[in-house]
Amino acid sequence: MSFVFYVLAALTVAGGLAAMLLKNTVHCALALTVAFAGLALLFLELDAQFAGFAQILVYIGAVAILVVFAILLTRGSETPKDGVFSHTWLAGLAVAAAVFAVLGWAVLQAAPLLPGASPAPVVTVQQIGDALMGRYVLPLEIAGVLLTAAMIGAVIVALHEKEGPK
Amino acid sequence: MIKTLDQIFVLLKEWLVGYLPASWQPVAGVLLSVAAIVCLFPALFALTTVFERKGLGRIQNRLGPNRVGPFGFFQPVADGIKSLTKEDIVPFSADAAVHFLAPVVLVVAVFMGFAVLPMGRNMVLVDMDAGLLFYFAMGASTELSVFMAGWSSRNKYSLLGAMRAVAQMISYEVPLLLSSVTVVMIAGSLSLTKIVEAQSGYSWGLPHWYIFTPWGFAGFLMYAIATTAETNRSPFDLPEGESELVAGYHTEYSGFKFALFFLGEYLAMFSISGLGTTLFLGGWSAPFLFLTWVPSWFWFFSKLMLSIFVFIWMRGTLPRLRQDQLMNFAWKFVLPMCLLNLMVAALWRFLGDGWLRWVICSAILLAAYVGLGLGELRRGKIGPRSYRYAE
Repeated sequence: MSFVFYVLAALTVAGGLAAMLLKNTVHCALALTVAFAGLALLFLELDAQFAGFAQILVYIGAVAILVVFAILLTRGSETPKDGVFSHTWLAGLAVAAAVFAVLGWAVLQAAPLLPGASPAPVVTVQQIGDALMGRYVLPLEIAGVLLTAAMIGAVIVALHEKEGPK
Repeated sequence: MIKTLDQIFVLLKEWLVGYLPASWQPVAGVLLSVAAIVCLFPALFALTTVFERKGLGRIQNRLGPNRVGPFGFFQPVADGIKSLTKEDIVPFSADAAVHFLAPVVLVVAVFMGFAVLPMGRNMVLVDMDAGLLFYFAMGASTELSVFMAGWSSRNKYSLLGAMRAVAQMISYEVPLLLSSVTVVMIAGSLSLTKIVEAQSGYSWGLPHWYIFTPWGFAGFLMYAIATTAETNRSPFDLPEGESELVAGYHTEYSGFKFALFFLGEYLAMFSISGLGTTLFLGGWSAPFLFLTWVPSWFWFFSKLMLSIFVFIWMRGTLPRLRQDQLMNFAWKFVLPMCLLNLMVAALWRFLGDGWLRWVICSAILLAAYVGLGLGELRRGKIGPRSYRYAE
């Protein structure tokens, strides 16, 4: 646990908290982007270049843009008058705390079972590419077909229906 | 002597760093390289603004700037002083924090891209295994800053400009990536230095640049189209179409913040031209075998400036597209052609050496482009240009 890790963890958590607590929806989306960037930097700190850059490319480059577009195209970024907090925030807090507790418990239980500090494997992007194109080519193709089908479906939903008799 | 000249900046850096204690040397070396990039490219930006205004003036049959200094060459100095001393106006209803952050995020993200570009032999800041991926990741982060600028200004023109810019950048990022992927397929690496090395051979005194292969030529065309759109340059400059949107997403920016947007736009142009040079034009390698004695950095920057010249030329020549034309062009022409090019590149890779792959790959690409052109002509969609004048 180095100093850099703590800085990045603080950045990520702060981004996540701000995404929840800020009043303006667009501000929340931007804060979420900070959390994404923090996660990407954490991946990079672990020497996982591919995961880190893919995180930036996909989450900051595409998902964040999608989120802000969705906000702007639906109800605008005005803050509702009666605040942004749900009435059932107490229940939500309890559920979140329970999930966090289970996850934390699982991680803490698993820690002693792992073999002692083994050196992290050095995985180059080339190896990831080879694995994706060799051993894992079928899952990759299926994911590609699924995404293409989803995209075509979205286009069909968005298409204007032709007027007049068929 | 030739070798010294080629490595002069590397040697200079080592000499300067040599004065420091050994433990500081790696950090100082990196800082020095960063300082060089941060100084050099804005200087190039200042030069380019004069060249652009002079060149556009030439194309449009007027003089261009000619008042400050000899032939107007000190114009950027005057512009810089002006933008530094101008009042910084933030609109009353603007979102001050986001409004301030947007230009900063843009310039930082654009500068990051230069880190992986090999600007000469041994002249790369970070020789990363996944350099190309890093570059595109940084390029993708600029979109958000454009949105931040447009949204935080609370101005309908700004917001419209930002929406247009983001939609355009996302649409053209797909062909940009797909045309670059062909190079990765052939070179077999994402590291930009390795890609340059893969193009460094010569046969009959001519270089093995990827642009001189059928798939490379088609890919370079698609890359050039996509980069023009990605940097919001004419003919794809709808996001800042003056006649419709005042100035697009930076309408509400003044003084130095506006200058930062201007700088970011040109820096993006430099870095994406540098990437194109690296991917298709052989990076820092010389165009002929007998010219290899010229320093490598000279070739890199010559090719970069040549690309910039073409950008300026296109801006002076082509009219702006309409929004629907822009999107149709991206999704119905550039994207299918990029996908076809991907197939051709794979074929090239697996046909092995010899003349056969040249014939087959050229035939496929020529058939596709010529067939498409003839088909459109026959359907009457493309005809001779017609002019209408006000009477």
